[in-house]
Amino acid sequence: MNTKEWPLWEVFIRSKQGLDHKHVGSLHAADAEMAVQNARDVYTRRMEGISIWVVESKHIHASNPDDATAFYEPANDKVYRHPTFYEVPAEIKNM
Amino acid sequence: MEEVEVNLEEQFEAKVAKDIRIEPKDWMPDAYRKTLIRQISQHAHSEIVGMLPEGNWITRAPSLKRKAILLAKVQDEAGHGLYLYSAAETLGASRDQMIADLHSGKAKYSSIFNYPTLSWADIGAIGWLVDGAAIMNQVPLCRTSYGPYARAMVRVCKEESFHQRQGFEIMMTLCNGAPEQKKMAQEAFNRWWWPTLMMFGPKDEESPNTEQSMRWRIKRFTNDELRQRFVDMMVPQAEFLGLTVPDKDLKWNEAKNGYDYGQIDWDEFWSVVKGNGPCNKQRIQTRVKADQEGAWVREAALAHAEKRAQRERQKAEQAA
Repeated sequence: MNTKEWPLWEVFIRSKQGLDHKHVGSLHAADAEMAVQNARDVYTRRMEGISIWVVESKHIHASNPDDATAFYEPANDKVYRHPTFYEVPAEIKNM
Repeated sequence: MEEVEVNLEEQFEAKVAKDIRIEPKDWMPDAYRKTLIRQISQHAHSEIVGMLPEGNWITRAPSLKRKAILLAKVQDEAGHGLYLYSAAETLGASRDQMIADLHSGKAKYSSIFNYPTLSWADIGAIGWLVDGAAIMNQVPLCRTSYGPYARAMVRVCKEESFHQRQGFEIMMTLCNGAPEQKKMAQEAFNRWWWPTLMMFGPKDEESPNTEQSMRWRIKRFTNDELRQRFVDMMVPQAEFLGLTVPDKDLKWNEAKNGYDYGQIDWDEFWSVVKGNGPCNKQRIQTRVKADQEGAWVREAALAHAEKRAQRERQKAEQAA
C-alpha cells in the first residue's frame, strides 16, 4: 500500500431511452474516463444501461437524515396539494 | 447526553423492527456498523478469492463455449466483490484497509475456496453446489436491514442463478457421458458435498453472532435452517443426475418433512477457518502477488490523471 487510494465515484445509469439516470453504486477510478469504463464493466455486464454518469463522491451534497422531520415538515401539513383533498360529485366524470 | 443516546438506539431498533431499511447516513449503533463491515467485507473477500479455484480452469476448459461461460462467471465474481466492497465503504470502511486485512489474514473469507479444483468436474460441482449454497444464503440477504447491502445482494442474486445453472449443466453433461465422465462427476460431488454444507457456518448453538444478527435483521434465517433447506433442495437434484450423496446417514424424515443428514466434520471446518485448509496459503499468496504486481499500474494511472488535470488547469489559466 505505497500509493494513495484512487478516488471514489458514484455511478448513475440510464437503463433505456426515456428513463432517467438512477444511482446504482460506486467504484474507484483514477479519473472520470476510467470511472466510466469501470462502471461499464462493473454495472452493465448484461445490457443494464445505455448511458452512464459518474460523479466523484466528494462532490455529492446530501440532506441530513437527522433533520428529516423538520426539513420535510413544510410539505407535511399541506394536504390540499393532493387531488384527493377535493370532493368531486359522483356525477362529474373525467376529473 | 445519555438520554439522547438511548433515544437514538430505541428509534433505530423500532425502524429495524418495522423493516425500514437503514441507510448510510442514518444513526446506527457502533456494534451494528462493525458487524456489517465484518460481514460485508468477508462476503466481498469470498467473491474475490472465489475467482481463484475457477480461474484455474479457464485455460483448460473443454471447449470454447465452456471457456467463454467460465470467463463470464469469473468476471461476475469480480463484479460481486466490487459491489460489496463499495457497500462496506458506505459504512466508513476504507478499501485499502479491507484489502490489507485480507492479505494479512486478519479478515476471513468463505472456507470453501480453500479447497482445490482437481478436475473439470469440480467446476461443475462448484457452480451447482457452491453457488447453490451461496444463493440459499444470499436470497434472504436481499431483505437485510442495511440498504446498500440489500441492494448489492439483489444484483448479485440476479446474476448468480446463471452460475448455478451452468454448473448443473456441466454435471448433467458429464453424468450423461461415458462411464469415466460419470465417475469424474461423482468424485467431484464427493469432494464438494461436505465442504458445501460447512458453508452455512457453525451449528446454531455454536454461532455467537447469529442471535444479535437476527435481531438486527441482518440475518433472516439461522445457519442450520438454511443448511436443512439446502439439503432438501439438493438431494432430489443429485438423484436426477444419478449421483450418490456421500452420506450413509442421509434419509428422509417424514415427521419433519426433510432429510436427516450425517455429522459434519467440524474439526475440519475449524482447521480450514484457522488457515490450515489445502489451499489457504496459496490463495492469499496469489492475491498478494496480484496486488503487488499491479501496484505500478495503479500508481501510473494516478500520475496520469494528475498530469492531465494539471494541464487542464494551465489551459484554463491561459485562456483567462
